[in-house]
Amino acid sequence: MNMLPNLGPHAAFILLSYGAAVLVIGGLVLSVMADHRQQKRKLAELEARGITRRSDAGSRS
Amino acid sequence: MPNLLALANPTRFMQLSGVLLPWLWALALVALGFGLWLAVFSVPADYQQGETVRIMYIHVPAAWLALFLYTLMALSALGTLIWRHPLADVSQKAAAPIGAAFTLVCLLTGAFWGKPMWGTYWVWDARLTSVLVLLLIYLGLLALWRSIDDPSRAGRAVAIMTLVGFINVPIIKFSVDWWNTLHQPASVFRLQGPSIHPSMLWPLLLVAVGFTLLALALHMLAMRAEIMRRRIRTLEILEAARLDAVGLTPSGASA
Repeated sequence: MNMLPNLGPHAAFILLSYGAAVLVIGGLVLSVMADHRQQKRKLAELEARGITRRSDAGSRS
Repeated sequence: MPNLLALANPTRFMQLSGVLLPWLWALALVALGFGLWLAVFSVPADYQQGETVRIMYIHVPAAWLALFLYTLMALSALGTLIWRHPLADVSQKAAAPIGAAFTLVCLLTGAFWGKPMWGTYWVWDARLTSVLVLLLIYLGLLALWRSIDDPSRAGRAVAIMTLVGFINVPIIKFSVDWWNTLHQPASVFRLQGPSIHPSMLWPLLLVAVGFTLLALALHMLAMRAEIMRRRIRTLEILEAARLDAVGLTPSGASA
């Protein structure tokens, strides 16, 4: 069963355009999400080790 | 104004963006889902361009966002240079890869639309070339950021270059009026009103709203990541200084 409408003689160009948009924007979404997750994990690790700005201030006093 | 300044505090921003982000994702998904469904399955073919007009629903919003995100970067650059606000260069850095991605989508979809309509993927005319220059500016700014370690020094250098590059934004917008070009003139944002039939205009605006919400959600998420990156950097520097003060290296060995 064909889900797509008849896109005429230039269907390949239409599909290429939508495919390129999905690839580029999908890749961007995944990379921003992965970066956010990585920074969140790193910050949590540092805080779990007791490294915070407050602990630093406390260690100086 | 005091409320705006309170929002611009990084801690406050983290709290507020945490609440807003799920709503932005959901609204973007609904607008994009419905808009793209209309674009592919519902809108009529164009009387001249036939079915290829469906490329417009990706190409045009991507072009608008390429310019919108660069304008956002230029405003953030003013915030960095004039007010030296800590969130301003975070905003600038977060917007650059998103703007570059939408510019790339605009160029690729333009090429795939150009081949069946103009008979060529590319011509070195004013509109196409100035958008290619925009992509190169985005990539240059990203490279400049990576070449300077200190985020605040990098932010100021990038801010100056961003403002210099902003001259390209009106050139892109008015290139179709100032020079002879294969590219068609503006058909939505015109003094005489849109020249597109409402059956095509409304789906186009809906997809544009969806892409804008998606870009804003990505920008907010990337800003959160950048704020955390800077906190991590500060904590690592403080920890290294603390260990140094007690005569230890970060690895735990005696100095």
